[in-house]
Amino acid sequence: MNASLKPNDWNALPDADGRFGDYGGRYVAETLMPLVLDLDKAYAEAKADPEFQAELAGYLKHYVGRPNPLYFAERLTAHYGGAKIYFKREELNHTGAHKINNCMGQILLAMRMGKTRIIAETGAGQHGVATATVCARFNLPCVVYMGAVDVERQKPNVFRMNLLGAEVRPVTSGAATLKDAMNEAMRDWVTNVHDTYYLIGTAAGMHPYPAMVRDFQAVIGQETKAQILEIEGRLPDAVVACVGGGSNAIGMFHPFLADESVKIFGVEASGHGLNTDKHAASLTGGRPGVLHGNKTYLLQDDDGQILDAHSISAGLDYPGIGPEHAYLHDIGRAKYLTCTDDEALAAFQLCAELEGIIPALESAHAIAKLPEVVKEVGKDGVVVLTLSGRGDKDIFTVAEALGRKI
Amino acid sequence: MTTYRDGTRISRAFHRENDHRALFVAYIMAGDPDLETSFEILKGVADEADIVELGMPFSDPMAEGPTIQLAAQRALKAGTKMKDVLGLVRRFRETDTVTPIVLMGYLNPVLSYGFEAFANDASDAGADGLIIVDCPPEEADALTDALEAAKMNLIRLATPTTDDRRLPTVVKRTSGFVYYVSVAGVTGVKEADADAVAKPVQRLREASGLPVAVGFGIKTPERAAEVARVADGVVVGSALVDEIAGALETGSNENVTERVLSKAAALAKAVRSARSRGA
Repeated sequence: MNASLKPNDWNALPDADGRFGDYGGRYVAETLMPLVLDLDKAYAEAKADPEFQAELAGYLKHYVGRPNPLYFAERLTAHYGGAKIYFKREELNHTGAHKINNCMGQILLAMRMGKTRIIAETGAGQHGVATATVCARFNLPCVVYMGAVDVERQKPNVFRMNLLGAEVRPVTSGAATLKDAMNEAMRDWVTNVHDTYYLIGTAAGMHPYPAMVRDFQAVIGQETKAQILEIEGRLPDAVVACVGGGSNAIGMFHPFLADESVKIFGVEASGHGLNTDKHAASLTGGRPGVLHGNKTYLLQDDDGQILDAHSISAGLDYPGIGPEHAYLHDIGRAKYLTCTDDEALAAFQLCAELEGIIPALESAHAIAKLPEVVKEVGKDGVVVLTLSGRGDKDIFTVAEALGRKI
Repeated sequence: MTTYRDGTRISRAFHRENDHRALFVAYIMAGDPDLETSFEILKGVADEADIVELGMPFSDPMAEGPTIQLAAQRALKAGTKMKDVLGLVRRFRETDTVTPIVLMGYLNPVLSYGFEAFANDASDAGADGLIIVDCPPEEADALTDALEAAKMNLIRLATPTTDDRRLPTVVKRTSGFVYYVSVAGVTGVKEADADAVAKPVQRLREASGLPVAVGFGIKTPERAAEVARVADGVVVGSALVDEIAGALETGSNENVTERVLSKAAALAKAVRSARSRGA
């Protein structure tokens, strides 16, 4: 770990240029630069405004359903035979995932800025549904870009977005997944800068998004901290979360960064395996570069062309990762493990059978690595895992992978 | 009339005595539809254009409309690498030592190549300038250092959203010319309004002391001529690249070059006959 970085300094990152060490920044077309700078200013003001924070807290409590429980997963704990395993139940939030925490924060900010049109990109559809939800709630028109492949494999979420009044625009360029949806959203934004707010769903992209999304998701770790202190009377020995862009993970990790006794584990999707070209593990299998407005680890070829990611989970199917994760990886504050499609599928079923909870395929990646995490902290340890979303949306994907017909 | 001269190919092109007209800047994508054909197109287009912008294909061109995006996909599918792009420039310089070449693309391939190595190799090959769409001035210092050391121009973009607060930042350390993106949007979709660009072009000229070329949203000879009346240069890209896509669609690979050059000739004529530059 970087010796010059004192525990209390974690909130000082990113710096004024949006940097976490070498990562982050604002690599956008000139058309967007003034907008991004305005957003930075507007967010800084909102963040410091008690009225904004109170309004957000009110909606989180009464609309989203926070605080959600910290649940002792007794049977999984017995199954693995080691440390106590707790789930932070983000899947119990309204709309079924952690995504709504961030959407609620950003929609209030967008309205404060006088924006009248919302765009978003989505992979699995969870962020799209959450965005469509807040747009319905606050009566703002909403366009969601989604890779055509994802539109196909996440049909229930597309239907949900339509019910909520959002327009879903399938994107056919590239591999027609999340990265291509993000390109298309940026094209829309650059064309409609005057009235449009781009509601980014993960802790990546140009500054201030990585910091802003982290702040809105940090409620996960803050609640966890209070809850585990109440239940166990001490901090956990480890926290663990799946990482695609990394918003649920950074939301859990960030409030624990200064607690040096807490080990931090992120789990990347390694798809068919790291030794194949079908994975989404940008930290473990990629190298630093610039895409979608930030410098971070990316899957790319020798020539700097971005590679298509693969994961059975549409929400992890992204060739990049939030810049704060890139930094935590480099300095060693967080450890990033990898999980294959097959391991995630097995964990998906195990969790359903043992706990009566069908987890999102994304979260199943984190569950699959519990044996490693549990081993690291020992038998008397306490582990908290972010159950980032529920798996209803994934039943078709899982059924197909298991060769079963619904 | 701008008075900036630094002896580079770009400034010479803008400063031809007794020829005070707007320059025609043609954009084509390196490697589209394949390396050999794009070399033929490059050579031919340079006969019509005063400056050639040579696109470096990128997998995720966030600021491009469908036309340029598809061109990049064709080029990458044909196996075009960064060294091939520089190879095209090198071959071009064997027969043409006058027409400036400005490379245009996205940051990651250049970052991956290494700023210094890229600046040196591009300069050696005979490229004159570089435009990086997703590298605003705030992030450009390291790249600018490398380009300046290799005596290449870094051409900055200004847009309708570039307000007075940002203007000094945008023009700082820019050289060659300033590229004014005439519409808020991606390439080749919205149409540029010649009346609306006159004022910002003048403002940019004054702030930078450099010529100003206008691009994005100029597709027809008529529109090119209108913009040529108020700008120092007129950039046309999508309309040329559309000809490649059109020729490929009809399944006749032979007339790809012909179609592009015929379009370039019509645009060049329109720009040249428009009026004298900066008067």
